[in-house]
Amino acid sequence: MNKVAFTSRNLYLQVLLILVLILLVALPFYTSAYNIMLLCNILMYIIITVSWVLFSGPTGYISLASAAFFGVGIYTSAVLGQSLPLPLVIIIGGLFSFFLALLVGVITLRLRGMYFSIFTFGLVELVKHFLLWWEITKTNTRGRFVILVNYIHVFYIMLAIFLVLLLIAYLIRRSKYGLALQSIGEYEEAAAHIGINVTLLKVVTFAVSSFFIGTVGAVMATRWTYIDPVIAFDPFYSFMPVLMAIFGGMGQLYGPVIGAAIFAYLEEALITRFPYHYMLIFGIIMVVSILYLPEGLIGLLQKLWKIINSGRLAVYREKRQKRGTGREQENA
Amino acid sequence: MLEAAKVTKYFGGMAAVSNVDFSVSQGEIVGLIGPNGAGKTTLFNLISGALPLSSGEIRFKGRKISGLKPHQICRMGVARTFQLVKVFGNMPVLQNVMLGSLFGREHTVSPAEAVREAREALEFVGLAEYINAPAKDLIVGNQKRLEMARAIATKPELLLLDELMAGLNATEVSEAIDDVKKLRDRGITIIMIEHVMKAIMSVCDRIIVLHHGEKIAEGTPQEIAASSKVIEVYLGE
Amino acid sequence: MVIEIIDIFLSGLLMGGIYALIAVGLSMQYGVARVLNVSHGEFIMLGAFFTWSLYTYCNINPLLTLVICGPVMLLIGFVLHKTLYRSIRISSGGGAAFEGNSMLASFGLLFVIQNMAILIWGASIKGYSYLAFPVNMGGVIFPANRLVTLLFAVIISVAFYLFLARTRLGKAIRAAAQDPDAAGLMGVNINQVLALCFGLGAMMAGLAGTLLSMSFRVQPTMGLEYTLIAIIVVVLGGLGSIPGSFIGGFILGLIGSIVSAIEPSLSLVAYYMLFMILLLVKPTGILGR
Repeated sequence: MNKVAFTSRNLYLQVLLILVLILLVALPFYTSAYNIMLLCNILMYIIITVSWVLFSGPTGYISLASAAFFGVGIYTSAVLGQSLPLPLVIIIGGLFSFFLALLVGVITLRLRGMYFSIFTFGLVELVKHFLLWWEITKTNTRGRFVILVNYIHVFYIMLAIFLVLLLIAYLIRRSKYGLALQSIGEYEEAAAHIGINVTLLKVVTFAVSSFFIGTVGAVMATRWTYIDPVIAFDPFYSFMPVLMAIFGGMGQLYGPVIGAAIFAYLEEALITRFPYHYMLIFGIIMVVSILYLPEGLIGLLQKLWKIINSGRLAVYREKRQKRGTGREQENA
Repeated sequence: MLEAAKVTKYFGGMAAVSNVDFSVSQGEIVGLIGPNGAGKTTLFNLISGALPLSSGEIRFKGRKISGLKPHQICRMGVARTFQLVKVFGNMPVLQNVMLGSLFGREHTVSPAEAVREAREALEFVGLAEYINAPAKDLIVGNQKRLEMARAIATKPELLLLDELMAGLNATEVSEAIDDVKKLRDRGITIIMIEHVMKAIMSVCDRIIVLHHGEKIAEGTPQEIAASSKVIEVYLGE
Repeated sequence: MVIEIIDIFLSGLLMGGIYALIAVGLSMQYGVARVLNVSHGEFIMLGAFFTWSLYTYCNINPLLTLVICGPVMLLIGFVLHKTLYRSIRISSGGGAAFEGNSMLASFGLLFVIQNMAILIWGASIKGYSYLAFPVNMGGVIFPANRLVTLLFAVIISVAFYLFLARTRLGKAIRAAAQDPDAAGLMGVNINQVLALCFGLGAMMAGLAGTLLSMSFRVQPTMGLEYTLIAIIVVVLGGLGSIPGSFIGGFILGLIGSIVSAIEPSLSLVAYYMLFMILLLVKPTGILGR
């Protein structure tokens, strides 16, 4: 491992991170409510995407259940929001998602590849249709109203969740478990045969990643006045993190963060005026990213950086050579 | 050390391994041979826990291991390599081996200790110069060595080598034979599947012959080479 | 009571015919070309809107549209595989990476096709009336168009099965489904065959869309539900098994109509439950090995 380069770059990153953090914490004091809410949206997508990458990135199991965990968080908030304080509701929302993921993980993670994706996608639809049926026949309602919360509180809570998630994702990546998750993605059978408890590791990681998606659902529900199963369990929230992660690049932790930030902003700018154009662009970028950006935006930037650097080096060498030949001519 | 009793495995209605009994003692090198499709790799998969047994029992150091998960069996001291190499291609060579140290034991190993052990294992198999290269960049022969190093890093007492020498040239084969002997000198018991007869005959203490999932012969290399039954199996088809 | 049972059974068969057709199409795409085409339903939607437009604006008979729609969809699918999926196949080097990437690309395609359709036709629900007179079948009354739909779904499926079983090209496709590498060695032009399979899948979807539009209303977002049903049927019938998908379609149609008779809003829940149980208990499908 190239430890020296790693630590020095790490130092820059840490300084940058602290600066950004101070900026974010101070933000509500000098910007408009609109900007804060935009930032909440961006944070929401970032958290969902980073959570998704936490499990699906290294293991290669493409989960399409994000919308289910998000929806569980939303519904927890809608049902318990009136009777319990918000922080507790958020944690309960996360825990419900955690246990749902644990259950789903235990029964499905022995399915390979595509089957796992299909199953997790089916889960979203299953919960949605079940809730619809429940509301129509059992409670005679359609949807629920959610208690609104001050947007500045929402912002700080989102920021806190984001930081905790980032810290956990960073620690997992650095630990031996991060390495083990990666080995599962490469050859699961070989990983099991060198002593890695692959089932436990997969299930727990899946559940931890789902916990964060659930908490975000519980917080963001307070931004919407009304929710119903169709709004809460929108499969779009399953596709978004996948696209954002692929677009940003999963090689580094900040890849998904940047990918999610760009898309969240794009959505904000386009979705109210041109919703269908936005979704169309969304689809095109997805296809193009898969075709031409195997390492994502970050990979592309790294590649460009290398080319520019080697270009500079070439120019430098050329100059030196020219100077050299010039001198020779003078001498002659 | 390892005792197998009436080990049987069905795939659909077909018996891939049927009623195989054998035992391996501490410090032995046992060869497992037989024509293609004889059930050799299936037997390895049963020992290492990759597949569940249909019936029968396998014991390791007196404890029943059939029915356990691969990672549990590995932590008890049984490691293996694969017929088709399964190295973690996008990871540096060193990390491939470190994973063996970090996860292959009952007790926890510190990262620094894991690095030290991984280096030592890589030195042992002769890959010390490649530690930072991604594993996929190694040639196949070296990937096989890497798999061996990864297995050694789990500190096994029993090592299952699945066609370690397939595809190697003559020099590499004799190097591999030396490696196997050195492993035995370290106190590791070995069962090896091999098609390279020169290797089997020169290094094994005992040979077990499988055919159509059944054990048809067992004995010293000399006995096996002279057995008419074994010759018939190899030449008759 | 008897009439009710006949009713449930017949409406199951009528729906099953469509399910069978779309599942056979997906089976070609996933079973042979290894592309889990999540935008399969969008091709159904395209076929339906194509038919609706031709009927509404040019007054062309929907059954005649079958002949136009089929080849057009075949061509679109063929070109799509030749360009998009082939590039992915090359860049991801086949295997699990290809399956994952091609599935994700088809999600992208889903968004592209669906939203293009909304931009062209608008997001509202559309329909037309064709052969809507009632037919009495042993006391049970169905609109004639549902019966025509079933008839054509069966004809198309059987014709397709005969194509696979009897023709040289069909044999090449089946060889490719068994083992693409070996088929390549035996002189089958594997890229051509895979693209053809994908095209055939799109064609089946388009034809199913044409048939659907005769008796159901259409809208640009209708695709996903049919995609999910097709996936369920393909898993039910066993991956890559054409007869399995065909029979599976009818089985799911029957299950759907039975559940609908008991508790209408639960039929989709029942599909998913069945699907999940099946995946866990027997992922190789009821007819799989």
